[in-house]
Amino acid sequence: MTTALAVRNLRKSFGGLQVTSSVNLLVEAGERRLIIGPNGAGKTTLFNLITGEIPPDAGSIALFERDITRVPSRRRTHLGIGRTYQIITLFPRETLLRNVTLSLLGLSPRRWNPIVRLDRQASLVRDAHEVLARLGLEALADRPVAETSYGERRRVEIAMALAQKPRVLLLDEPFAGLSLEERRDVLRLVTGIPRDVTIVMIEHDMDVALDFAERITVLHFGEVVVEGTRAEVVAHPRTREIYLGE
Amino acid sequence: MSVSLLLAINSITLGGLLFLLSAGFSLIFGLMKIPNLTHGSFFMLGAYLSTTLIARGFDFWTAALVAGVLVAVFGTIVERLILRRLAGAELAQVLVTLGLSFMIADVCLMVWTGDPIRIDTPAALRGTTSVMGLGFPIYRLAVSLIAVVFAAGLWGLLDRTRLGAMIRAGVDDAPMARVVGIRVSRLFTVVFGLGAWLAGFAGVIGGPILSVYPGLDQEMLPLALVVVILGGSGSLLGSFVGSFVVGFLYNFGQAMFPELAYVVLFLPMLLVLVVRPQGLFGRQAV
Amino acid sequence: MKRFALAAALVVLATVPLWVGSTYYVNIASQILFYAVFALAVNVLAGYAGLVSLGHAGLFGIAAYAAAKIMTSGHGHLAVAAGALAVTLAAAAVFAVLALRGTGLGFVMITVALGQIVWGVAYRWISLTNGDNGITISGRPSPFGLSLASPRGFYWATLAVFLLAVASMAVFVASPFGASVRGTRDQPRRMNALGYHVWMIRFLAFVLSGFWTGVAGLLYLYYNQFVSPQAVTLTASAEALLMVISGGTATLLGPITGAALVVVMKNVASAYIERWNFVLGAIFVAIVVFMPEGLVPGVARLVRRSPLR
Repeated sequence: MTTALAVRNLRKSFGGLQVTSSVNLLVEAGERRLIIGPNGAGKTTLFNLITGEIPPDAGSIALFERDITRVPSRRRTHLGIGRTYQIITLFPRETLLRNVTLSLLGLSPRRWNPIVRLDRQASLVRDAHEVLARLGLEALADRPVAETSYGERRRVEIAMALAQKPRVLLLDEPFAGLSLEERRDVLRLVTGIPRDVTIVMIEHDMDVALDFAERITVLHFGEVVVEGTRAEVVAHPRTREIYLGE
Repeated sequence: MSVSLLLAINSITLGGLLFLLSAGFSLIFGLMKIPNLTHGSFFMLGAYLSTTLIARGFDFWTAALVAGVLVAVFGTIVERLILRRLAGAELAQVLVTLGLSFMIADVCLMVWTGDPIRIDTPAALRGTTSVMGLGFPIYRLAVSLIAVVFAAGLWGLLDRTRLGAMIRAGVDDAPMARVVGIRVSRLFTVVFGLGAWLAGFAGVIGGPILSVYPGLDQEMLPLALVVVILGGSGSLLGSFVGSFVVGFLYNFGQAMFPELAYVVLFLPMLLVLVVRPQGLFGRQAV
Repeated sequence: MKRFALAAALVVLATVPLWVGSTYYVNIASQILFYAVFALAVNVLAGYAGLVSLGHAGLFGIAAYAAAKIMTSGHGHLAVAAGALAVTLAAAAVFAVLALRGTGLGFVMITVALGQIVWGVAYRWISLTNGDNGITISGRPSPFGLSLASPRGFYWATLAVFLLAVASMAVFVASPFGASVRGTRDQPRRMNALGYHVWMIRFLAFVLSGFWTGVAGLLYLYYNQFVSPQAVTLTASAEALLMVISGGTATLLGPITGAALVVVMKNVASAYIERWNFVLGAIFVAIVVFMPEGLVPGVARLVRRSPLR
C-alpha cells in the first residue's frame, strides 16, 4: 500500500492562537477518511494547509511520497490535489458548463491562450458535459450558477473538483445545508467515485458520514486525539467525551 | 541660520500638518474601509472657508475652529447621505469621493477665484524666537506643537476612552464589534466627522505657510496617501511616523533634487510596498 | 441581424469624414476613437480583471512623452511608435508589479500614487519633460502613403487602429485567457485552487491594458502634436475610468459609448459651461448612485423589461 497523503508534525498559529499543533495524518491510497471534530478544531485549516492556501509554521506534507511542503498551492492542484469548499465558491455569473470548463482549463496549457475561442475547444466542452452528466446536472448546463438551487450548487462544488481527476480529493462538509434527500444523493455520488481517488472528508453529519468512512480521525483543539477504524473511534471514550459532549 | 536647520523646521511643520490630515484619513480607511478621496478637498475647503470667516472679522483661531466644524458638518452629510448607501462597495466609494472632490474643487474655484489667497499669520505668533542662539519662526513651531498635542489627544482618545476602545474594536474587526453591541453605524459618522474636522482645521492652520489656491487638494491628497501606505492604515502611530517621514522627504527632496522631488517622495513608499505591504505599523495589507 | 448591424456600423464609421461636414466634427470623431481605445484598455483591468486603476493616465502620458522625446531627438516615426510602445510596456510591467502588491483598495491607492509620480516627473523634471510648457512635436507620420496631416487622414488611421483594438478585445474576451482573467475577478481563491497562476494572469492583463493605453497615448500625441502634464493628472485617469463605468464595465460597447459620451460632453459642455470638472464629478456621483452598472447594461436591462419587446 502506498501512502497517498502524509502530514507530519504540521503546526500553524494565527497571532497567538494555535490552530493546529503538531498534526500527523497518514492516508493510504484509495482510502476513505473522515475527519471530525467540534467547531474550531482546525479541520478546515488542516485542508488549507494541505492545499497550500496557507503556509504552515512547521512540519511537512507529502503527496504520494513526494514532499510538497514548499510547492505553491496552484502547483499542488497540478500534482493531483483537488478540493471543495465548505462555503460555496463558484463563479456565480457563469453557467454550470462554464464553471466546469474553467475547472478543466485550469490544468490545461490552453489556459494562457488569448487567441482561440474557449467555447470552440471541443475536448474541453465535451469533458465538461460528461462531468455534468455524471453528477446529474446535464439539464442545467446552460444555467448561470446564480439561478440554481443550493443543493445543485453543492453538487457543482464537487463537480469542479472531480472534473480535474484528482488523486487526492478533499471534501469540506459536502453535505452542509442539504436536505435529507439531497444528502443521500450526494452520498451516492461520493461513494460512486472510483477507488483510484483517495478521499478525505470533513463532515459534521455523522449519520451520513459514518457510512462512508473507513477510518476516522478526531481533531480537537488542533490535535489528533483519536484515530482508527469506524468502530474503534466510535467506541473510544475520548470521542464520546469530545464529540458527543458526554 | 543654516539651510538644513531651516529645512528641518519646515519638514517638521509639514509633518505636523500631514499628521492632522492623514490621521483622519487613516482612521476612516482603517475603520470604515472607505478610501476617502475627498480628504484633500476637506483640507482645502477648510482653508478657503477660514479666509471668508477672517474677512468677516473672526480672529484666526476662531476661524480655524469654525471652519473645521463647517467641514465636519459637510463631511457628516456626505457620509450619511451618500457613502452610507455604498457600504462595502469600494469601487463606488472611490468614484463617488473622487467625483465629489472634483465638484468641491470647481465650487471653490467659482467662489474664491483662481488666485492664491494668503492667510495672515496670527499677530501673536509672527517673527522668530531665539533658542540657544538660533532663530526659530514662532508660527511654525506652534504648528508643530499643535500637531504633537493633537497626536497625544488622539492617542488618549483611542487608548483611554470608551469611544476609542470602540473605534479600535471596529478597526480590528467591524462585524465582531457589531456583534458585541457597538453601534458601528454611529461610530462611522463620528469618525468621519472627526476626520473631516481634523482635515479642515489642518487646512486653516496650514494657510499661513502654504496659502490657499486651486489644486491644493490634489497636492495634499497624494501626500496623505503616501503617509497611510507608509505607516499602515488604521494606525495612529503609523500616521505620525509616516507624516514626519514624508515631511522630511518632501522638503529635503525639493532642496536637494528639485527636479526629482516627487520621485524622492514616492520611492520609500514603493520600497515599503515591496518589502512590507501592510505598512510599517499596519497589521493588515492595504 | 447582428452581422448586418456590424456592417452598417462599419460603413457609418468609415464614411464619417464624408458626411459630418466640418473638420471640427471630424476631429471630435477622431478624439472619440482614440479615447475609446484608452477606455477599452482601462476596461481590461477595471472590467474584466476587477482591478480599478486610477493611474492609467500615467501610462498614457508615458507613451506620449516617450514618443515626443524620441521624435524631438530626430528619429523616424517607426522608431517613435516602437520605442514609445516598448517604454510603455516596460512601465506597465513595473506598475503592475507594484500595484499587485495590494488588492482591492490597496491596488487603487497604489495606482493613484504611481500616477502622481509620473505627473510629478512630467511637471518638475524640467530638463526631461520641459515642465508645465510641455513638448511640442512637428508633423504626423504618413504610413503606407496615407498622410495623417489632414483631419480626414488622421481619422481614417485612428479608425483602423480603433477597429484593430476592438477586434483584439473581442478575441481576448472569448479566449481561454479572457475567461481566466474574469475568473480571477470573480473568485480568485477558487482560481488558485483550480491551478491558475492568479498573480501572473493579473500581471498579463495589466500589461495588455498597458499596451493599448500606450497606443492611445501615441494617437493622442499625434492628434494634439503636443503633450503636457495636463495629460497625466489624476483627473485624466478619472476621466478614463468614467468612460468605462458610465458606459458599462466588462462589455465591449460600454467603454466605446462612454468615451463618446465623455468626449462629446467635454466639447459640448465646455462650449456652454466652463465648469467641466463640476459636471464630471456630478456625473460620477449620479452614475454610481443611480445606475451603478453603467449605461449600456442599464439601458439593456430597461429594454429587456419593457413590455414592447
